Amino acid sequence: MSELVLKNGIVYDPINNVNGEKMDILVKDGKIVEKLNGNAKTIDCSGKIVMPGGIEIHSHMAGGKVNGGRLFQPEDHVRFAMPKTKVTRSGTGFSTPTTFLTGYLYSKMGYTTGMTAAMPPLMARHTHEELKDIPMIDKGAYCLTDGNWFIMKYLKNGEIEKCAAYVSWLLKATKGYVVKITNPCGTEAWGWGKNCRSLDDPAPYFDITPRELVKGLVEVNEILKLPHSVHLHANNCGRLGNFVTTLETFKVPNGTKPAAKRQIMHATHIQFHSYGGDTWHNFESKADEIAKAVNSNKNIVIDTGTVTLDHTTTMTADGPLEYYLQSLTHLKWMNRNVEMETSPGITPFIYSRKMPTASIQWAIGLELSLLIKDPWQVLMTTDHPNAGPFIRYPRIIAWLMSRKYREETASKVHKVIYDRSTIDGIDREYSFYDIAIVTRAGEAKALGLSDRKGHLGVGADADIAVYDINPSEIDPSRDYKEIEKKFSSAAYTIKDGEILVKNGEIVQTRYGRTLWVNSKVDGELEKEVMKDIEYNFKRYYSVNLANYPVREEVLTRSTEVTRSASV
Amino acid sequence: MMTDVILVPKVQHKISLEAEVIKPDEFAGKTIEEIKELPVYFGNTVQKLGDFFEVSGSAEENAENLRIVVEGDVSRVKRIGEGMTTGEILVKGDVDMYLGARMKGGRIVVEGSVDSFAGQQMRGGEIEIKGNAKDYLGGSYRGDWRGMRGGRIIVEGNAGKEVAEFMRGGEIIIKGNCDSFAGVHMKKGLVIIEGSVAERVGAEMVGGSIIVLGEMANLLPSFKIGEVVEGLKIDGREFPGKFRKYIGDFAEGPSVKGVIYKRL
Repeated sequence: MSELVLKNGIVYDPINNVNGEKMDILVKDGKIVEKLNGNAKTIDCSGKIVMPGGIEIHSHMAGGKVNGGRLFQPEDHVRFAMPKTKVTRSGTGFSTPTTFLTGYLYSKMGYTTGMTAAMPPLMARHTHEELKDIPMIDKGAYCLTDGNWFIMKYLKNGEIEKCAAYVSWLLKATKGYVVKITNPCGTEAWGWGKNCRSLDDPAPYFDITPRELVKGLVEVNEILKLPHSVHLHANNCGRLGNFVTTLETFKVPNGTKPAAKRQIMHATHIQFHSYGGDTWHNFESKADEIAKAVNSNKNIVIDTGTVTLDHTTTMTADGPLEYYLQSLTHLKWMNRNVEMETSPGITPFIYSRKMPTASIQWAIGLELSLLIKDPWQVLMTTDHPNAGPFIRYPRIIAWLMSRKYREETASKVHKVIYDRSTIDGIDREYSFYDIAIVTRAGEAKALGLSDRKGHLGVGADADIAVYDINPSEIDPSRDYKEIEKKFSSAAYTIKDGEILVKNGEIVQTRYGRTLWVNSKVDGELEKEVMKDIEYNFKRYYSVNLANYPVREEVLTRSTEVTRSASV
Repeated sequence: MMTDVILVPKVQHKISLEAEVIKPDEFAGKTIEEIKELPVYFGNTVQKLGDFFEVSGSAEENAENLRIVVEGDVSRVKRIGEGMTTGEILVKGDVDMYLGARMKGGRIVVEGSVDSFAGQQMRGGEIEIKGNAKDYLGGSYRGDWRGMRGGRIIVEGNAGKEVAEFMRGGEIIIKGNCDSFAGVHMKKGLVIIEGSVAERVGAEMVGGSIIVLGEMANLLPSFKIGEVVEGLKIDGREFPGKFRKYIGDFAEGPSVKGVIYKRL
C-alpha cells in the first residue's frame, strides 16, 4: 500500500495536545507512523490546517425512518441534486440525501466517520443494507432500547444481569455500536396513545418509570463495559419548559461509575431539551441553566443539535413528539410502532427566521456551545436532519468562531432572541483547537474510539482532513464567510491513507468499515436469556428468531470492537 | 419595442426534451449563436438547444421586451418558461409538461394544448392556453403542500384532474369543462369553471373560492349547504344570476372557509 507524507501542515490534534504546530504527518498502510523508508508521495500542506478526519456522533443518515423521509418527500429531492461524475454516482435530497450522496457530502467536508443515531432492532437489517451503500466513511449504528419489552421486564424485576445479557445479545444480533435510549418509556406508552411527561411517569402495563429505565441501562452499559456510554434522547423532547426534566435526567446516573475513561451519559441534541416557558408566547432559552449543570458535572457529555434555520425534516424514534409537531404545523407526517421495540415518526419542519420559536431555538444551540466551558463536553451536531442538514456544519463552525457572524444572523431573525436568550451577550469565539475538539477529537473520545480515531498520533487510522486555511493569515471572527467556505470543501480528505477528496472534489470512492460491538457475557447467563428470547419471539414477534440477527456478510469491512462484560 | 426570437423544431423525438432554458430571462442579451449553445436535457444526456431547434431573430438586451415564438409542435418539450420572470413566450402548437412551472412574471400563450403540471407553483404572470390543459394545472410539486400562489391561468378548452391542487393564491379560469378533484386541498385563490365540473370538487379544501357556472356532479357530503346568492361579486368580477353557496370541506376540521358557488 501507498506511503504518504503531509508536509509542513499546521496541525490541530487535541488528543495529543498539538495546538497549531507546524509538523509532518507520515502515513503508511492506512496508519499513521513514525518513520517512512520508501519513496512516499508528498503533499505540501504548508499554510494549511491539518486535522484528524471529522467524526459524526449523531446523524440520522440510514435506516427505516430516513428512507421513509426520503420516500414521502419528493419535494425535498427536487431542492438539491448532484449529477454523476466519472467517479461518483448521482444523488438528490437536501435534508434526506440518498445513501451515496450522504457519503460524498460528509467526505467533502473532511469527515471520515459517521454514526447513524437510531436503529430499531427489527429494522437493523434494513439499516445495515443502507449503510452498505454509504461510501467514503466508517459507519456504525445506535441500537434503540427505549421501549423494549425484554429490557423493561428485566429491569422491573431487578434482573440487571439478565438485562445486561439481553442487551449484549441485542447489540450482537443487530450489529449495533451503542445503547441508544429515545424518550425512555414514552415510546412504549405511545402504543397506548400516551406519553411519559416526567421521569416518574411510568410506562403502561410494564409499570417502569423513565428514571428506572435510564438508571438500569446506564448500569447495564457499564456492566458490559461498552466503548460508548448510553446515548440518551431524554423525555419531553421539544416540549415547553422541558429543561427541568433535562436537569433531572442529568442526575439519574449519579452513583454509577463509568467502566472506561469516558462520560457516564451522552445526552443528545440538548438544544431540543433546553426550553423554558409554559406557552409559546413566553417560550425562552434555558441554555444557561443547562450549561451550569454540565459545567458542574464532568461525567456528562452533550451534543448540541444546533438549529440552522432551514426547511428540513424531523425524524426520531420519539413517535409522540412527531405527532405533537404535526399538530402544530398541520403538515404531512408518519408514525409507526415497531412491535416490541420502539415507535418512530417523521414530519417536515420549517425553521423560519421570522418565527420567534425557531429564532430562539437557533440561539439555544449556539448558547450551549458557548456557555459550556469545556469543549470536550459539548460536541457539535445538528441532529441531522432534525435541526438542520449536516451540510450546514461549516456554517455552525463559522458561527462559533465569529461573534460578528452571530450578530449578523441575529439581526435577521426575530428580535425576541434579545429578550429571551443570552446569545447577544456572549463574546466567546472558538479557536481552531476548539473546533477540532467539537468536531472530531471529542467525538472519538466520547465514542471510545480514541485509540484509533480522532487523532494523528502514531498508530491511529490515517483519516485526515486538510483545509486550505492559514491560521496566521485569516481572522476567523472577521472572515467568517471564508471559514464557512473552506470547511465546506476540504483541500484533502484522506481515509485509511488514500486521498478521496482533493480541493473539494471527490477523486476516488472507497467503502469504509462498519463498526459494531461484540459484547461477551458469561455463557450460562446467555443461555438462560436465550430461552426467554426464544419464548418471546415465538409468542409475540412477527419474524422468526433465526431471521432476526444481521449476518456479518451484510456489513462493509465488518470491524468488531470486543468487550467482555463483568458478568 | 418587442423583438422576437423564433424557434422552429428541427426533429420530432419520442424521448422528451427538458428545456427550461426556453425563457426570455435566458435569451436576453445573447447572440443567436450563444442561444444555440444553451444546454438542454435529452434522456440522460446534455445537448444543445441548436441541435433541436432552428433559431433566428434577435434577442434584446432587456428580457422585458423579448418574445420567444415557438413555431411548430413541441409536444415532447418539457419545462418551457420554467421560472421565467418577464417577457413573453408564444407557442404555436402543443406543449409537454411543466409549462411555466414556478414562473414569477411575464406571459405565456399556447395556441395548442398543454400536458400536465402547467403553471405548477407559479407565483405571478399569466398563462393563456387556447386548447386544453391536462392534469394538475396550477398544482404543487409532488409531495409539496404549496401550489400556485399568484398570477393567472386561462384555459379556453377543457382541463384535466386536480386543477388548482393546493392552490394558495392567484386565479384560474377554465372556459370549458373540468375533470374530477378541481380545487383539491385549496387554501386561497379563485377558480372559475365556466363549463361543467366532475365529482369531488373542492375535496379537502380549507379556503379560497370555486365558482361553477355549468353543471356540477355530486358534491362531497362533507360540505354544508349555504344560502342562495343573487348576483355574485368576487375580486372585482361580477357574475349575474342566482348562485347556491356551499361551505367546506369539513373533513379537514371545524373552522374551514372554502366556498363553492354553483350557478342555479
